Amino acid sequence: MTDIAALPQREPFTQRINWVDIGPFIALAVLIIAGVIINPDFLSPTNVANVVTRSAFIAIIAVGATFVISSGGLDLSVGSMAAFVTGIMIMFMNAMVPSMGANAIIAGMALVLCVGALCGLFNGLIVTVGKIEPFIVTLGTMGIFRALITFMSDGGNIPIDRSLREPFRPVYYGNFIGIPIPIIVSIVVALIGAFILYKTKFGRRCAAVGANEDVARFSGISVGRIRTMAFVIQGICVAIAAICYVPRLGAATPTTGLLWELQVITAVVIGGTALRGGKGRIWGTIAGAVILEMIANLMVLSNFISEYLVAAVQGVIIIIAMLVQRFSKQP
Amino acid sequence: MIQEPVQSPAGAVPLMQLSELSKAYGPVTVLSDVNLDIRAGEIHAIIGENGAGKSTLMRVISGHVKPTAGTIRLAGGEVTFNTPVVAEHAGIALVHQEILLADGLTVVENLFLGRERTRNGVVDDRAMEHIASERLKALGSTASPRELVRNLPIAQRQLVQIARALLEDHRVVIFDEPTAVLTTAEVDTLLGIVRGLRDRGVAVLYISHRLNEVEALADRITVLRDGKMIGTYDAAAVTQEDMARLMVGRELAMLYPPKRGVSLLPPVLEIQHLSVPGFVTDASLVARPGEVLGLGGMIGAGRTELFEGLLGLRSTKVGQVRVNGKPVRIHSVADGVDAGIGYLTEDRKGKGLLLRERLAPNLVLTALSRLYRKPYIEQKVEARELDRAIGEYDIRVRSRRLEAGQLSGGNQQKLLLAKIMMLDPQVVIIDEPTRGIDIGNKSQIYSFIDALIRAGKACIVISSELQELVGLCDRILVMRAGSIVAEFAGDDITEEAVVLAATSGGPTAAAGGDSR
Repeated sequence: MTDIAALPQREPFTQRINWVDIGPFIALAVLIIAGVIINPDFLSPTNVANVVTRSAFIAIIAVGATFVISSGGLDLSVGSMAAFVTGIMIMFMNAMVPSMGANAIIAGMALVLCVGALCGLFNGLIVTVGKIEPFIVTLGTMGIFRALITFMSDGGNIPIDRSLREPFRPVYYGNFIGIPIPIIVSIVVALIGAFILYKTKFGRRCAAVGANEDVARFSGISVGRIRTMAFVIQGICVAIAAICYVPRLGAATPTTGLLWELQVITAVVIGGTALRGGKGRIWGTIAGAVILEMIANLMVLSNFISEYLVAAVQGVIIIIAMLVQRFSKQP
Repeated sequence: MIQEPVQSPAGAVPLMQLSELSKAYGPVTVLSDVNLDIRAGEIHAIIGENGAGKSTLMRVISGHVKPTAGTIRLAGGEVTFNTPVVAEHAGIALVHQEILLADGLTVVENLFLGRERTRNGVVDDRAMEHIASERLKALGSTASPRELVRNLPIAQRQLVQIARALLEDHRVVIFDEPTAVLTTAEVDTLLGIVRGLRDRGVAVLYISHRLNEVEALADRITVLRDGKMIGTYDAAAVTQEDMARLMVGRELAMLYPPKRGVSLLPPVLEIQHLSVPGFVTDASLVARPGEVLGLGGMIGAGRTELFEGLLGLRSTKVGQVRVNGKPVRIHSVADGVDAGIGYLTEDRKGKGLLLRERLAPNLVLTALSRLYRKPYIEQKVEARELDRAIGEYDIRVRSRRLEAGQLSGGNQQKLLLAKIMMLDPQVVIIDEPTRGIDIGNKSQIYSFIDALIRAGKACIVISSELQELVGLCDRILVMRAGSIVAEFAGDDITEEAVVLAATSGGPTAAAGGDSR
């Protein structure tokens, strides 16, 4: 058997702290401390609930993106897709109001989940069957979805039927035991996502495909099927985010979800998931989404940096996150 | 008996002199107090088991790694190589064991990367192509200078890498396992090149696992063991057995298990008229339980491609495959697994293991569906499987939490074997079972192969190492230019016969026949 003492040791093995794993949470803690110093109201329940609720859309979509990126893909179409499926959902619900009343909301939710899954399937199949780079494919579908919502709204907006406003309102503004619904939804999505990614065969295969496609193929894994599934999961997450989003704005417009794809990818990357694929980090992603929103909130609350520079600060954060990943890998 | 280590002749100043050279990573010493002199115009072989410190020593000499103590003198003057570039300017070139080329660039672009030839300030493609094709031809490479490196087989890539190291005139050229991926004829060409370098007065440092190569080539031999220098010997005075004994530090047990003889059992795998367009023409073979079937031939003869085609990893034409007499259709590795065929790739780092993933997930990756009926996975089950595999295949690990990439080559290979065996295949196809691993691990791998044969499985071994093929296999098929051209069994198996069949007009009476 193994003789531990006599083995040639090439490098000392200590249980090194993995900065990539805990980095996002440290960053989050630092931000919170900074926030409290800048403005004591920062940790007030209202403000915390506000920040986390606003980050929910990006967090939910980013859970899906963690799957896509972990499997070695990339989806640039999520923002446009969110606008597109929101438009479909509102049009469908409005059409259903005369016959179904408030139940149209339930039907609309069911429909949007299907449409989201189909949009993801569309992306996934072009990537895997067509064997085209995901970057290019989703750049294309990003344009397609954006044009479709512009066409559907005729350049204006698609408002939700008046009679549905009130019954739909709680999905964004309501709360359950004091916690806003969107926060609960994103936690549930993250829990399910973490279970799938870490505790199922699919999750294991997903990471394997992203880490090394050849190894996966030689290990009997159907690479195309796994990648396609990741895109479908992404589509479903986009649909869930759309459901939470509708009551907040009450309409779908050509600018709905604009540039969300960048925020989503940023959240995933600061969360510690490598952009080239491999191990995905769901909870890091959630922390990443909250960090992004928290930075924006802090800059509004504080006076010394203009809030016009929010994107710049977020840009600095993503670069720092990449540097941490880079240097923690080389001992 | 082995003679005493030789001393440097008095008066002669060696080209390069290493004194008390040591290297430690933290508390772990990988090289201690190495004293070595290297003369111009000699081939100096460095041998030792994996982990003996050979590669580290070479990296120190070539400036890739800084020593923790000791000095290097070059032509009498003390030198410090902080980077490989400094060492290269001092006239020291290293041919790496791993292929380090830019996949997306052409052969000629790779050769001249960072030292492009220009004319009037513009890159001179024609001149470079001219030099490239000359150099490649001299090395016996068939690669076209304009070919993308990505499209080259691994042996050709290695030759390109050697050509790159030899592009400039160097005083010291270090070869780190240059022949690990080459076949016999290519090795012969390379050995000729190495001798040519020596005759021009270059000091050649040559690292190899292949003792027959070392015996044929070296003027002097230095043996390393566990980071320490055992001694430098005159090559004429030591035999291969001596070398092996010095490396291992104990009497070498029989490397190969006793042969089992040709099996007469009904075949478990039958391949009929399988063609892989561009690689294999009309190949037929049968594998029977109870024997090791060897596949010999040059790299590029289509051996690996034949089995990748069998498993649906490449597109195939015609062909019928039967397992236990029943026809099966295999479109993917998963289908192969279902049919009872396990394939162990030759490229364990690129296609076999997830190097940045831990051991247990690697071990169970192919077997996920067998291990778990339910969709979710359990750490406990995997930990138990890992313990079993570690015991069964003697995988030496410091911790169960290591990543696969942190294991030595031999232990990676054992892990890969354990991974394939988790599927309980009836036929195990092993492509280059011992590439780049040391003698102790080799002998273990052979005994594992013997054990699985005795457990009633069939085994097909693809190997470019002639000695291994002849020592291990009960029956050997030889491929040449995409066709199976010869079959040897029992006493007919000799290195000479296999080489002849692989390279030229050996006996072609057996299956297939050369299509040209």
